[in-house]
Amino acid sequence: MILDLDKFIAKEQPVWEELERFVVDKEEGKEQTAMPLEKANRFLYLYQRASSDLVRLKTFAGEADTAFYLENLIARAYRQLHIRRKRELGFRPLRWFLVSLPCTFRRHWKAFALSTALFLFGALLGALVLGLDYDQKRNLIPEQFGHLYGDPSDRVAKEEAAEFDNFASRQTFSTSLMTHNTKVAIFTAASGFFWGILTMILLFYNGIIIGVVCFDYLQAGEGVFLTAWLLPHGSFELPAIFMGGQAGLMIGRAVIGWGSELRLPERFRLIRNDLLTILGGAAVLLIWAGLVESFLSQYHKPEFYPWKITLGLAQLILLFAFLGYAGKRTSGSGKKRTEVLSSDGLSHSAQSN
Amino acid sequence: MNYKLGSRNSLTISTPDGLSFQQTIATPYARGMAALIDLLMIIVCNFALSIGLGVLGALGSFFADAATSLMILGFFVTSVGYGMILEWLMGGQTLGKKVFRLRVIDQRGLMLTLPQVIIRNLLRPVDLLPVYYLFGALFCFFSKNCQRLGDFAAGTVVIREVRPSAPDLETLGVAGDNSFTRYPHIEARLRQRTTPEEAQLALDAIVRRDTLPPERRLELFHDMANHFRELATFPDEVQEALSDEQYVRNTVQTLYRKSQA
Repeated sequence: MILDLDKFIAKEQPVWEELERFVVDKEEGKEQTAMPLEKANRFLYLYQRASSDLVRLKTFAGEADTAFYLENLIARAYRQLHIRRKRELGFRPLRWFLVSLPCTFRRHWKAFALSTALFLFGALLGALVLGLDYDQKRNLIPEQFGHLYGDPSDRVAKEEAAEFDNFASRQTFSTSLMTHNTKVAIFTAASGFFWGILTMILLFYNGIIIGVVCFDYLQAGEGVFLTAWLLPHGSFELPAIFMGGQAGLMIGRAVIGWGSELRLPERFRLIRNDLLTILGGAAVLLIWAGLVESFLSQYHKPEFYPWKITLGLAQLILLFAFLGYAGKRTSGSGKKRTEVLSSDGLSHSAQSN
Repeated sequence: MNYKLGSRNSLTISTPDGLSFQQTIATPYARGMAALIDLLMIIVCNFALSIGLGVLGALGSFFADAATSLMILGFFVTSVGYGMILEWLMGGQTLGKKVFRLRVIDQRGLMLTLPQVIIRNLLRPVDLLPVYYLFGALFCFFSKNCQRLGDFAAGTVVIREVRPSAPDLETLGVAGDNSFTRYPHIEARLRQRTTPEEAQLALDAIVRRDTLPPERRLELFHDMANHFRELATFPDEVQEALSDEQYVRNTVQTLYRKSQA
């Protein structure tokens, strides 16, 4: 069959133009609300007819220009036809926080455990090195934490004597902490692209710094001050950083592809929503940690130490109880526990750690 | 539906209804230029924020603290959220991408989802390593679809949006009388047997003919004319009256001519 191109274009051009009007309206946001069924059917019909025209044109005529125009039009129409935004706009924050986050966390708990273990290993090593050679303190603590170079007891005496102003620069300090720590968590996660190695190094290195500081204060007999200082915000901040590490290790695993026959893009597709949930959870924790660190942790009056430690411990226990048990529901007789899946339905095992 | 990681410059998308079409992949150069414009926009936003909040800060020490705090938060939101917010609201485009007619799409040809927008922007820090997009650019150069690391994780590609327009036959010197039009059935056969690539090649040859050395020009049009003569044979009186180059010009006019109806 030979196509009479002139007649073909003359006949079909009105269809293409009508389809283009639909596409432009959608692209320019004039069609934000759901289309009436009749209009949607018309859109689909036009798309299908234009698709059929493209196939005919490619098969029976070598008219490059019209084929190119049609290809572009169909690609744009295809994107607009398969739009998936309505479901996403139905996002329920409370359900996401109470159900999706803990369920996703548990699906990848091994990555979190590894992330925590690397950090603790670094902390132990840092403490050990400082224990063996105290002169290494300045080499182990970066310059940005230069206020920790001095004698811990001097700092404790100074902090305990200082007056605490609830408003002086607290908001700025709090916001700085939140944004800085969120960046750290994001970077720890993004570093997972290097087969997870950079994520591991970052966790280990941060562990060393914390280990050195903790050992320094414990050795100076300032354990209570240290606990009251770090625990209220650290009980949320450190798990949030470990969650960043968890996300990084998930990315690393997807890059390596251990035990998976899927291609790299498919492996990433399977963990994408989980990554987002975990990083979102880490950000929520860091916002709280920033507020606590700014408005409570820096309040160094000895009579408040028991309260601060109690609060920190309670937060830690509640956090892990929440991450460990929230989103589970009892089904049937009550003995069998079923995990509620996240709304994205990615309850796969292919990439679960 | 599947996608084919095909040639360097285009992504072939096959739909479930058996249709396949191509999208032009954006070059790293165009992406870099778009990123520069976006960087400029972020700087402008931050500057405007500083001025606005500076006024608030002048109201007293409490407000000064609040203003600094909001400024830090604002810088964070613009640097991290600029790409996310615009790509979501503008269907895969930022201002820089709009200027360079680029658009981020799902690598299966679909519109971006919110998780994809967030992930590709959240993982940007690693593309920025060690200096301005060096890793991202390297990855772009060596990946088949010019994807940076964030694109890999999000399953996205950046395409160049081409709004095709008909070639201007007047300026190419191929308009005017075309003896082929007297034989519409043979013209139809020529169109049917010519592939889009061959048509494009002939058009390119016509466009660039004045840049070719004379001998090479004769040789090229001789080969092309012979090739098109084999695809569809016009009567001798047409063929004899035309030089090789005029034959190819007539062919291009036949292939690209729009309906006069």
